[in-house]
Amino acid sequence: MEEKKVVEIKNVGMTYHTLDGETEAIKDISLDIYHGEIVVLVGPSGSGKSTLLSIIAGLINPSKGEVLVNEKKIGGHNKEIGYMFQRDHLFEWRTILQNVLLGLEIQEKISEETKEYANKLLETYGLGEFKNSYPRQLSGGMRQRAALIRTLVIKPDLLLLDEPFSALDYQTRLAIADEVGIILKKEKKTALMVTHDIAEAISMADRVVVLSNRPATVKDIIPIALSCPNGVKTPLKCREAPEFRYYFNKIWKELDVHV
Amino acid sequence: MSNKVSKEHNDYLKMIKSRKRAIFTTQILILIIWMAAWELFARLGWIDTFLTSNPSEIWKLFIHYTKNGGLFYHVGISVAETVVGFLVGTLLGVLVAIFLWWSDFLAKVFDPYLVVLNSLPKTALAPIIIIWVGAGYSGIIVTAITVSIVVTIMNVYIGFTSVDEDKIKLLQTFGATKFQILRKVVLPSSVPTIISTLKVNIGLSWVGVIVGEFLVSKAGIGYLIVYGGQVFKLDLVMMSVFILAIISAIMYQGIAAIEKKYMKWQQ
Repeated sequence: MEEKKVVEIKNVGMTYHTLDGETEAIKDISLDIYHGEIVVLVGPSGSGKSTLLSIIAGLINPSKGEVLVNEKKIGGHNKEIGYMFQRDHLFEWRTILQNVLLGLEIQEKISEETKEYANKLLETYGLGEFKNSYPRQLSGGMRQRAALIRTLVIKPDLLLLDEPFSALDYQTRLAIADEVGIILKKEKKTALMVTHDIAEAISMADRVVVLSNRPATVKDIIPIALSCPNGVKTPLKCREAPEFRYYFNKIWKELDVHV
Repeated sequence: MSNKVSKEHNDYLKMIKSRKRAIFTTQILILIIWMAAWELFARLGWIDTFLTSNPSEIWKLFIHYTKNGGLFYHVGISVAETVVGFLVGTLLGVLVAIFLWWSDFLAKVFDPYLVVLNSLPKTALAPIIIIWVGAGYSGIIVTAITVSIVVTIMNVYIGFTSVDEDKIKLLQTFGATKFQILRKVVLPSSVPTIISTLKVNIGLSWVGVIVGEFLVSKAGIGYLIVYGGQVFKLDLVMMSVFILAIISAIMYQGIAAIEKKYMKWQQ
């Protein structure tokens, strides 16, 4: 599985400047992400996790170091990347189908073929009958699923997920995390996800990257190998794996939380 | 939902309906009583019709002006001036707001000027405008534009800048250009702001037109009001004010209808 590097993060550092002074958000982060794997970033609040995602997406330039996506240095917008936010950000004035087609519209890639792909994804993931509904007619979980499809239709090589479930209630959160995990594996996507939820991280990740306090560095990288019951490898089922607690305690200690 | 409705729910619906009817009936009654009292007091000689006129005289005058076509002439001119002033004021205002959104530098530079212009009563500028632009329709229209444009710029610009940052970021992750961001998020999410600005602007354009007509015109509703006042024909003044009220209400309802049509997703 671990053959092709999709992302290479090389000694990236980031310092923010404001009138009050400067803040070093990221000190020195290096990380490779391989094709088809799900890497989850966990770290204390304000440890620059979202900043790192924005750098990889090409939305902000790092102060130091560089990021390669598919062996190309990123510059400006990167069309090979899909970004999923905390909130779904579906446009209220567009139907679900129109929302899903947004990225294709921006990239001027609307064609019969891409539209068909969008429709297929909506059908496959249970939103077929809602494609002409407006976002407010959908539940929170369905909206987040539509947001995922919106990022999938542009066929990104890499998905960046910035705490994608934290705006949902707990039950929906479990269900959607499970679904998204299954979808990512099924569509063979490479993904980098940020979360606060240790259990969510373990259940979805191939590797968990623990970041230190600000300024962030990589504290530890933990490969996750769970023996999921009956060999069913879905995030929800994997929570029952015997190794789960071990990983949970390990990450919890690494995070070194002091209240 | 089942077709069978419980008795409680039926009662509830009936209650809501009868309340609505009661409100409407009371509204109409107020109007009728007001008119009837006005007419009655005038006929009994309790009030001086020279100063207050009375509904039947106003109605007679209305019929007279309708028959000789004078009414349509004056109303037509004022409505045309208002519509042109309203459209141009709104469009220009939105356009300037787009420029300000595009360039943060310009927005910061013009901010104090806009604040001052906004607090200045624009009608004070009317005499200057009329001297500069000319004492005719164009002067009146420019007055109407001046009254509505500053508010439009400020409201719409605030609407533009309050668009959710993450929505813009979302488009940027797709690689959107600034123009695409404007077209796909900023303008559509500002539609509610723009529509509420339209509602305000209809009234403001009328203010501009009437003030302009007070100052220079030889025709229009504002002219009728001023003329009626000068020759002490209160019937004419009252009729003109009534017509003005009705027409501006109709225009406002027109905007409300547009709002309903374009805001389907809100229901």
